[in-house]
Amino acid sequence: MNEFIEAKVAFSWAEMKNAYDVVIIGGGGHGLATAYYLATRHGITNVAVLERKYIGGGNSGRNTTVIRANYGIPEAVRFYKHSVDLYGDLEQETDRWIMHDQKGILWTVHTHAGVRQEKSRSIINQEFGYHTEFVEPEEIKQLVPQIDLNAGGGRFPILGASYSPDASTARHDRVNWALAEGAMRSGVDVLQRTEVTGIVKRGDAVAGVETNRGTISAPVVMSAVGGHVTNIANMAGLRLPIRSHPLQAFVTNHYAQGFDRIVASLDLGFYISQTARGEMLAGAHIDPQPSYSYRSGEHFLTSLAHKVVTLLPFMRDLRVLRQWTGICDMSPDYSPIMGKTDIEGFLVTTGWGTWGFKAIPAGGEAMAELIATGKTPELIAPFGLDRFARDRTLADRSSSGTH
Amino acid sequence: MSVRIPCPHCGVRNVEEFVYGEVLDVPGSVVGPDAVAFDRAFMHNNIEGPVTEAWFHLYGCRRWVHLDRDTRTDEIVE
Repeated sequence: MNEFIEAKVAFSWAEMKNAYDVVIIGGGGHGLATAYYLATRHGITNVAVLERKYIGGGNSGRNTTVIRANYGIPEAVRFYKHSVDLYGDLEQETDRWIMHDQKGILWTVHTHAGVRQEKSRSIINQEFGYHTEFVEPEEIKQLVPQIDLNAGGGRFPILGASYSPDASTARHDRVNWALAEGAMRSGVDVLQRTEVTGIVKRGDAVAGVETNRGTISAPVVMSAVGGHVTNIANMAGLRLPIRSHPLQAFVTNHYAQGFDRIVASLDLGFYISQTARGEMLAGAHIDPQPSYSYRSGEHFLTSLAHKVVTLLPFMRDLRVLRQWTGICDMSPDYSPIMGKTDIEGFLVTTGWGTWGFKAIPAGGEAMAELIATGKTPELIAPFGLDRFARDRTLADRSSSGTH
Repeated sequence: MSVRIPCPHCGVRNVEEFVYGEVLDVPGSVVGPDAVAFDRAFMHNNIEGPVTEAWFHLYGCRRWVHLDRDTRTDEIVE
């Protein structure tokens, strides 16, 4: 991280101690948010966040920045809605600008099965307090004038969409930095280039971590690691239902006309929005092979380009500036995994797959409460790791936006 | 990464033509028929390194291809 940005965001980097009350592995959004809320809500500041590279360098800095709660099951709507609400107040909370912009999201469908799915989504969202309504093509055209309702030829025209007006975007780097700064201000030690190489256990309880800079003892260790979580779990002797897959995205040059909404086409398989810089940011391509390779390829570039111009013909005049990849920790039911494990004192926030950015505040707040009180908050209890053994999976793949 | 699968029947084809088949390899630490069944149903080795796997050529010959791949680079070793 270069000094110019550091000076503007006023980070304070600590020296590593050999003991903490809480060690958080992973300096992404969820790890930093947990540290932030531990310090600010619970007064727990003897905390270390260990990041093996640089903070926000993983999926928290690679996503397409959409904040929404238009999920398909009650547990998810409740949880993500709370996160949407926390995001709405995050600038005030952290006293930092995160470029939060409420613009509304449209989930368009091109099949009758899709229409039924989005009508159903609207009903379940409304029932659990999140405003989503089903809209017809005429209204879609009013909301997104640039859209081609015939989807490039008329064979599968848009039949409708679910519309959630509260959905928003925020600058992902600034979210990470606001939480990091806030945690540091409160006395949390955030340590970059510090890689966990082992988990220390005493019987069935965690006792600390080994790192490339020495051993740290801690009674509570939480993994907030993204795509590489299996490496940490193996150190602890923990089996996880996680498979890591690459997710790719690209961004174009500046589009002067302005694009007001977030648009997703479930049947085509992409989502797109405009950044604060005016660039068009698009994604949703998840690779079928489990992989840790960060190379973003040619097949993704041409297939996503084809999809976006099918629905938004103005995109033909834009050029792709950058394409990139994140490694996503995919869970079997496309729902996150938060809470305790069979190892006393060892907690996980994982299985965030392609749906983690929107959950950063609510995930961090809940895990902080769990650490501070020792009890799993109601809001995240359904998402426990034990749900698979209890036959209580939270299947909601169609809400992920990717396939 | 644009992974290309060397199908012995059809030649080298784009990964999008195939369906992934995970080769299950329950570790020895998982003991007992119930535990093994649960591990097979839900858990993944998710190895960062060389793996053995299978691919079903859905949009081609519809036969299974077995190969080794390094998940760090997506390089296929036939």
